[in-house]
Amino acid sequence: MNLDIRWPLGLLFGVIGVLLFGYGMATSAAAPGAPWWSNIDAWWGGVLVAFGALMLILAGRAR
Amino acid sequence: MGGAIHLKGIDWLILGIYFLFVLSIGIVLRRRIRSSEDFFLSGRSIPAWIAGLAFLSANLGAQEVIGMAASGAKYGMATSHFYWVGAIPAMVFLALFMMVFYYGSHARSVPEYLRLRFDEKTRGFNAISFCAMTVMSSGISMYAMGLLLSLLLGWDFSLSMWLCAGIVLVYILLGGLTSAIYNEVVQFFLIVFGFAPLVMLGLHDVGGWSGLRAGLQRVALAHGYGAGAWSESWAYLGSPALNPMGVEWFGLVMGLGFVLSFGYWCTDFLTIQRAMAAESLSAARRAPLIATLPKMLFPFLVILPGMIAVALTQGAGAAAFTLPNKPDGSPNFDLVIPTMLGHYFPNGLLGLGLTALIASFMSGMAGNVTAFNTVWTNDIYQPYLRPGAGDRHYLWMGRVATVGGVLLSLAAAYLASAFNNIMDVLQLVFAFINAPLFATFLLGMFWRGANGNGAFCGLLAGTLAAALHHGMTLPAHAPVGVKGGWLAIVHLYPSEMAQNFWTAIFAWTSCFVVTLIVSLAGRPPPPGSLVGLVRSETPRIDVSASPFWRRPGVLAVLAIAAVVALNVLFF
Repeated sequence: MNLDIRWPLGLLFGVIGVLLFGYGMATSAAAPGAPWWSNIDAWWGGVLVAFGALMLILAGRAR
Repeated sequence: MGGAIHLKGIDWLILGIYFLFVLSIGIVLRRRIRSSEDFFLSGRSIPAWIAGLAFLSANLGAQEVIGMAASGAKYGMATSHFYWVGAIPAMVFLALFMMVFYYGSHARSVPEYLRLRFDEKTRGFNAISFCAMTVMSSGISMYAMGLLLSLLLGWDFSLSMWLCAGIVLVYILLGGLTSAIYNEVVQFFLIVFGFAPLVMLGLHDVGGWSGLRAGLQRVALAHGYGAGAWSESWAYLGSPALNPMGVEWFGLVMGLGFVLSFGYWCTDFLTIQRAMAAESLSAARRAPLIATLPKMLFPFLVILPGMIAVALTQGAGAAAFTLPNKPDGSPNFDLVIPTMLGHYFPNGLLGLGLTALIASFMSGMAGNVTAFNTVWTNDIYQPYLRPGAGDRHYLWMGRVATVGGVLLSLAAAYLASAFNNIMDVLQLVFAFINAPLFATFLLGMFWRGANGNGAFCGLLAGTLAAALHHGMTLPAHAPVGVKGGWLAIVHLYPSEMAQNFWTAIFAWTSCFVVTLIVSLAGRPPPPGSLVGLVRSETPRIDVSASPFWRRPGVLAVLAIAAVVALNVLFF
């Protein structure tokens, strides 16, 4: 089976991460005054993007 | 009223992306299915780390996630035994000592190994019972999902089941076992990323680990136990009266740690199939060992939310959320995870958490269906119904069996919704059938004197012993019937779990003894007929050429050391 699973993993979590990050930033802009660490959507979205990127990098290097 | 879960567009979007994704994986993998081995065993090409994560995820259904959180609330840290005692040692044993026979024998399934090692009737017994059990298991999982989604989100029970079943059906038809494995790995990461924030937010709310311990102390004292009964895993196992689980350490170690755990992890084709799909014997042996690392860390992901919930709702003043009650007024701990998701997660993250839950249900069903279609085609259809047909015919049958498996699962789900008690009885019967299995495999793999008649009689005797033990004992305060005592009440156990453990011990011992006696009374298999199937006729594996981090022995020692350390830490 030649499809490296890290491609779909990276894509899926990258896309979801970007969506979460964007949504988190948009909703925090609508609620100013909340502490920066309470915007968990944006933070966790960032984590997912990082994970997705890591998977894609690993997949790219393995090629 | 269920948890207040209100989804917004972002949540639907995330769920939709996941659905599209799993279907796309199936479409991409379709071109690679050229033979029945590709369809049923991924052409034996899966790298060790993927096989390892799939091995773990195949067992990690949503019911386990939800059930472990509920157990964490009801029993506290002792729930970790299901992982640290009840899984790791068996996974290590499988990798070190049994995988060589499963993989090296070129058996395409666990029942096929029994055919090669013993005889046709032993294979048939295992294959038929496995097929029935796996379809039922799949159905119960679907039913639980339909129920949960209708309760939480107001989705139509039937619609959600058919939709998810349909998606699973499509991606397995297209990509076979590889599709299922890839989606299991996706599910694993979804659960990690979907639930880690829940644990972090919950711990923050309860005041960190020390705040959690303080809350659990209040809970334990309020229930009349010692202060650490919810936060320590071994210290209160001296006697059943000291801990909320109602067990003592010997029954736990022998019943759960040995019989039940080895019986499941070492013989259940659902997980072993993923290791059999590995690209080499070395990868197949490393897969379960690789799985032990996330497995031993999972208590912090799935059990901890339950402990946090009980500490917050019962251990302190007013918590910010309440658990819905069951009809009898007691808190419904099965709803811990959904309630906490609804309370802690904003929209967005909520979509992720929900997708993780639904992904688990779906891959639970997919795992059962891929195991079913393989055992049906290779171990029932091919030997008994249509032997000698070409590989293309069996590949076709595999796809037909996939459709059949999904439809049967849905039927089982409706049966579960209509006749809850029948499902309880069926699950009990299958527990009886499973309990003795490990004795058969142990003797089969390590004693060349074990023969087919011995194995078959042993399995029957063990199943019967389990049934008899169950019929003659009862957990305290339980009604006679599906809980036991339906023959006579010879012994009362302090809890249902204690009864389960001892049923398993009796079944295993009976199977072991009967297999021994019947095999000795008959003739052993001819010398040289068991190459690759039994230890004494299989050459030892030489790992000296492998780097140390690829040697199963090294990984095994690391895994055992780590799990012992965890047990000591949370003693």
